[in-house]
Amino acid sequence: MLRALSHGLQLVGRRSINAVWRMGSGARFMGLVLLRSSPSFRRFHLTIDELHFAGVLSLIIIIVSGLFVGLVLGLQGYETLKRYGSAEAVGTLVALALVRELGPVVAALLFASRAGSAMTAELGIMKSTEQLSAMEMMAVDPFARVISPMFWGGFLSMPLLAAIFSVMGIFGGYLITVVIIGVDSGAFWSQMQSSVDLRNDIINGVIKSTVFGAAVTAIALFEGYDAPPTAEGVSHAVTRTVVTSALAVLALDFVLTAFMFTGV
Amino acid sequence: MAVPRGKVVAIMGGSGSGKTTLLRLIGGQLKPDRGDVLVESQTLQKMPHAQLYALRRKMGMLFQFGALFTDLSVFDNVAFPLREHTSLPASMIRDLVLMKLHAVGLRGAESLKPSELSGGMARRVALARAIALDPMLIMYDEPFTGLDPISVGIIGNLIRRLNDALGATSIVVTHDVQESLRIVDYVYFLSGGRIVSHGTPREVLESNEPFVYQFVHGKADGPVPFHYGAPEYGKDLGVTS
Repeated sequence: MLRALSHGLQLVGRRSINAVWRMGSGARFMGLVLLRSSPSFRRFHLTIDELHFAGVLSLIIIIVSGLFVGLVLGLQGYETLKRYGSAEAVGTLVALALVRELGPVVAALLFASRAGSAMTAELGIMKSTEQLSAMEMMAVDPFARVISPMFWGGFLSMPLLAAIFSVMGIFGGYLITVVIIGVDSGAFWSQMQSSVDLRNDIINGVIKSTVFGAAVTAIALFEGYDAPPTAEGVSHAVTRTVVTSALAVLALDFVLTAFMFTGV
Repeated sequence: MAVPRGKVVAIMGGSGSGKTTLLRLIGGQLKPDRGDVLVESQTLQKMPHAQLYALRRKMGMLFQFGALFTDLSVFDNVAFPLREHTSLPASMIRDLVLMKLHAVGLRGAESLKPSELSGGMARRVALARAIALDPMLIMYDEPFTGLDPISVGIIGNLIRRLNDALGATSIVVTHDVQESLRIVDYVYFLSGGRIVSHGTPREVLESNEPFVYQFVHGKADGPVPFHYGAPEYGKDLGVTS
């Protein structure tokens, strides 16, 4: 009994120490990424390459998902609003839902599973095949040459992807409610225009997606860099990237929403 | 342990004896718990980041499996250190890369990707990349592992020839006795993180010291035991008490 108890305590202790260790090394890692960022801007083509990898190559999944989310929102919103005789407000509903929440959040979740996992795998494999070591021995700092550009590429592409997601969603909502169901097009757009506020809704949405982009990219890069240099280690790291990023995005979203939209 | 300028020195020892760790110490990727690592009379572990990187420009390292950048072609791999550290015009970089590739006999393979190379070719491309900046110190981490006998001979000759042509110093970590004794000037034997013996190839071949004898002649049992530490055999099977 006593032994089981002390065993349990030891386990808790070990887990906590590990967690604190990881947080510490994560913070140190991010510090180095930011500190050695100047080549990412001086040699901007490095960041452009990563922007292409993280952003442009994620476009298809973002566009298609945005469209479908908009279609569903339009359909569901119309069915409900119709009962109260305010079917024209469906434009407002679709736009606010997307710009405030679904755009940043769903785009970040998709970004984590498409680009975040790829970043982790790439970095993990570069580490396990000694490519990062080789770079160090060539007197090229992998933080400055590889990791920082990846971070800034992810950081910059996320708000753009979220904006594209929202635009595609609104287009999807328009397609289903105005073109197919026959809601009045003028009412759809004018209600949307009068109720979506630039500062409150759009800028807050952009802030959210920027925060999500930084969080997801940082998690993905740290997991890749920290992965044990084995096949199993890299595969676990990829899984952890997706799971941790998803949880971080949802938790951050709650916190940001509480600050932005409730007047707390 | 000392490695004189201009020589090719082998560091031998079984797996896990600390050979690769030693190379990482010399390259400044690891810091020693005790003792000093000096390169060109400068102590590595106290060096600030920028100075360490400046010193590394004068080192080349060949990793065990080449560690080529898999997303770059052979040409771009060899050009990588030149592009990072110099602002030479593209035409001159091309000439330099072709010269390095010619030195390892792979000038015709410049447009291939690392995935299209055989193990021996990849090792030679990595060697061309390691010597791209004409280093004064070249380190080889297990350069013969996993190669066919022809490739082993080619790499062995290249190590010797490049060292003499560049006026460099080479450290070869290996457990390939026959090939390395053919090309090196001096040998250190490591076991369990300690130097257990050293000498010229001739001295090593004639040595009667138990560890060296076991290693050079590939005997299964000796100072390095065949059996991993275990309780007494009979006891483990339950036939004696």
